[in-house]
Amino acid sequence: MWHIIVTSTPQIFWAGIKFTIPLAVISFVIGFIIAVGTALVRISTPKGNSVTRSLWRLLKWFLSFYVWLFRSTPLLVQLFIIFFGLPNAGIQFSAFTAGIITFSLNTGAYCSETIRGAISSIPESQWEAAYSIGMTYRQVLFRIIFPQALRVALPPLSNSFIGLVKDTSLASSITILEMFMVSQQITAKNYEPLLMYTIVAVIYALFCSVLTILQHYLEKRTSRYVKVAGE
Amino acid sequence: MIRLDHVDKQYMDHHALDDINVTFEDNQTTVILGPSGAGKSTLLRSLNLLEQPQSGIYQIGDEKIDFSKELSTKLVLRVRQLTGMVFQSWNLFPHLTIMQNITEGPIYVLKQSKKLAEARALQLLQQVGLEEAKDRYPSQLSGGQQQRISICRALAMDPEYILFDEPTSALDPELEAQVLRVLLDLAKMKQSMVVVTHNIEFARRVADKIVFLENGKIEFDGTVDEFFNHPTDRIHEFLTGMQF
Repeated sequence: MWHIIVTSTPQIFWAGIKFTIPLAVISFVIGFIIAVGTALVRISTPKGNSVTRSLWRLLKWFLSFYVWLFRSTPLLVQLFIIFFGLPNAGIQFSAFTAGIITFSLNTGAYCSETIRGAISSIPESQWEAAYSIGMTYRQVLFRIIFPQALRVALPPLSNSFIGLVKDTSLASSITILEMFMVSQQITAKNYEPLLMYTIVAVIYALFCSVLTILQHYLEKRTSRYVKVAGE
Repeated sequence: MIRLDHVDKQYMDHHALDDINVTFEDNQTTVILGPSGAGKSTLLRSLNLLEQPQSGIYQIGDEKIDFSKELSTKLVLRVRQLTGMVFQSWNLFPHLTIMQNITEGPIYVLKQSKKLAEARALQLLQQVGLEEAKDRYPSQLSGGQQQRISICRALAMDPEYILFDEPTSALDPELEAQVLRVLLDLAKMKQSMVVVTHNIEFARRVADKIVFLENGKIEFDGTVDEFFNHPTDRIHEFLTGMQF
């Protein structure tokens, strides 16, 4: 048994480093950017002439539809549509790219709601105080609102990231050689499913534990100004 | 000088500002009094353009604004730099230290160097007796201290006018006195100020001019002496109502 553990653990771990982690990190970064953009558009009030206002409303409607669509359908189905379905429409991606696209869009939809809620939770008086000293919308957003909203959003965003790391196991179903797929392949050779799947579970738990520690560190850093209030 | 001509602001069927015509002179303290819901805060917030009335003309320094037209962002930002605002609940930025709260505007809006902005901030903190608080966060200070910091934040922008929106309403009497002393010092230094307050004693001691607002209309615009010594029946009733 030790021989199996010693030989297969590095293979599974390596698959994690090579595919699981990049898949999760890249998708989360892209998803976060999508989420911020989507949240900002959805909380904004259209300005300008009637054409601009109509286009803005259309964009808001489209983004609301996107968020609804990706939150209302299973991730596995989304993966299958993008990897197996879209080639029928003449759009073909490599498995890794399809994985990145699906996970990014899915994360973007969920996190946009988190960010929208976090921004909305910052009192209107903070916007007013910043505007009153002559700051522009962008300055208010990036220097005053986002830092405060980030503190609120950090725990749910961390949850989403940890969830995403585990969800990358679904990428095995579109032929990406990530940890779970490698463990399945090894199991097919040594017929030790309990041992193999336990090893992969332990490695997932290890990765997620590192992320949890990181989350606590970030929460502590972004809450410095709140923590001192209780002292 | 700030001048408002025929300024109107309506929320649904409520007339918050009804044909306001008033001037606020330079180097003077104008106190705006009136019952709750009279439109005092709306008037003050209109001067900082946090609210935009539907019609009327607003003149401040060389800037002339027609409220019936859409205002350019550039003009709005310019007017906001001319009119510092101090809020009832101080509204400091909780994630920034006291020093950062005061220097945020000078550095990112006025594009001053950090060194210059911090030197000025220290000077202001000394003026209000809070230089030791510079590295603390707002949550570590009392309400009175936070309000004094918010006055520093407004002063750091070197505005032509400072607008105070009931600056002591959320404070208990001891802390209120701390803040009023700062306002008194500013008045002595001939800082142009417009103060919305319920503190009649402050108005009597500090104001150069009093504006009395009711139902969105200016019912009185004159000197402190006229207001307190020759009040109209309505003002007399208001002043009596403010006493125990």
